Amino acid sequence: MNKAEILVIDDEPQIRKLLEITLESNQYKVWQAASGKEGIVMAANHPPELILLDLSLPDMSGHEVLKELKKWYTKSVIILSVINNEADIVSALDHGASDYLTKPFRSAELLARIRAAIRRTQQTETKPVVHFGELSIDFGARLVMRNQEAIKLTSTEYNILILLVQNEGRVLTHSLILKEIWGVGAQTETQYLRVFIRTIRKKIENNPHKPEHILTESGVGYRFV
Amino acid sequence: MAQKIYKSFFYQYLISIATVLISSLFCFLALSFIGYKTVALILLVNVSILAMVFDILPVLIACILSALIWNYFFIPPILTFHIDNTEDLLMFLMYFFIASIHAVLTFKIRKQEAKVRDKEEKEKSIKLYNTLLNSLSHELRTPISAIIGSVDILKEHEEKLSAENQIELLNQISIASLKLNTHVENLLNMSRLETGMLKLNLDWCDTNELIQSVIGNLDVPYTQHIVFEPNDSLPFIKLDRGLMEQVIFNLFANALAYTPKDSEIKIEIKRQEEYCQLVVSDNGKGIPPAELNLLFEKFYRAEGASAGGLGIGLSIVRGIIDAHGGTIIVENNLQGGLCFNIIFPAEASYLNHLKNE
Repeated sequence: MNKAEILVIDDEPQIRKLLEITLESNQYKVWQAASGKEGIVMAANHPPELILLDLSLPDMSGHEVLKELKKWYTKSVIILSVINNEADIVSALDHGASDYLTKPFRSAELLARIRAAIRRTQQTETKPVVHFGELSIDFGARLVMRNQEAIKLTSTEYNILILLVQNEGRVLTHSLILKEIWGVGAQTETQYLRVFIRTIRKKIENNPHKPEHILTESGVGYRFV
Repeated sequence: MAQKIYKSFFYQYLISIATVLISSLFCFLALSFIGYKTVALILLVNVSILAMVFDILPVLIACILSALIWNYFFIPPILTFHIDNTEDLLMFLMYFFIASIHAVLTFKIRKQEAKVRDKEEKEKSIKLYNTLLNSLSHELRTPISAIIGSVDILKEHEEKLSAENQIELLNQISIASLKLNTHVENLLNMSRLETGMLKLNLDWCDTNELIQSVIGNLDVPYTQHIVFEPNDSLPFIKLDRGLMEQVIFNLFANALAYTPKDSEIKIEIKRQEEYCQLVVSDNGKGIPPAELNLLFEKFYRAEGASAGGLGIGLSIVRGIIDAHGGTIIVENNLQGGLCFNIIFPAEASYLNHLKNE
């Protein structure tokens, strides 16, 4: 099997070195770019399986780089951000980034995000049934089971859960979920979304206050694991 | 305010002139009892008193005015500026010089005093600043030293180290860098709060889950018990989730740092009318009542604090609660231990069940 290629766009040599060692020791091939322009050229010449993009670059902002890349690059871009600026992260996610990590990040977290992102792009057909611990979801039968017992979900609850499950491991912003479920114009009705997430958690989680599947990403959105 | 008016220039002139006129009038009425030479001394006393409180110019005006009044109304022949005998002329000139010198000297002495006071205050604040800087650099340098030291040993003496020691050094590096990260996060938040750069990102929040997630993410090992009973009847509350996480995290970190093994740290959240109330209490030793209000001071650290804190966690808590328009009160529990009581106005949503379709 060929090694998956990852392009790292970051101006900090230390971070690039760290990512190179971490990724190469986990069977990825790493390309490096130290500026936004260089990164765009490298991605165009040799499209990688995944791009890690730092938001603060010397020559142009990470948001601009993302905008350029997204014109033709269809695989995952994961954002690296040094400041925990939620608005910045949400904006990048709503403009096509598939996930984010804030520096300093743990390597286990980095690898999990990369695996999940690559799995999503490589997945050509959806499996009819998926399992997550004690949960199993049968897409064909629209059936969610917990410990072999069927769970009753309303159709909106089911749709939200399926959206999260299909994006397993990836953070979905509030506005993206609202748009997918209720359509354009509903992006600010976060209240409704919270109510649905609370009821879904009550049905599928062992302890709805300590969720293990639907995780809250503070100020950003939800992630299904 | 009163002092400001009193000190303003216009009032200084007005009062100087008025007191000279009043005391002259008094002397004029009492002239038959005291004689015109005593009048000079009385006027001199007046100028001296003015010199103790006022600026140099109004005092000099009072000095010139009183000399002229004395000459015109008191030195014979009266109601003229003419002076007949040499003795009176000499006295008039001496009066003028003594009053002027008095005014200038008093002014100089006062200026000198103010300078000394300023210098003392400055020295005091420099000393305070240095103490803060020392403790800050100590708290930042300690984890840095641990990292540099551990890395050096690992690099240069790898072959001599046992496997356990290598793991131990790696653990030290990990602990030190996490601590450094928390310090930096706190310092950044502090400067965001102080420069007013903090914008609240208000959104509906499930507070039961918020508290659980903070408890779940405490990355330091601890020996106390954290008690939290989720309250299912609690509505969604509108707040800045990221910042409130920081508030709860800092309160926990504080309680964990100051209470002994097996203590109980309890957190409760309630909704009361338009307000949200958050209470974090422990059954540790509490702190002396005199120190309670110092807790929120920047860089303040209580007696017997374990190493490794900057003393800014609680001032950040207060800053964030202020930004939410709320208040925080700290008191000792009757049974012992410390209790933080936070109240802030917050919108609530009782939207609990939706008709889906």
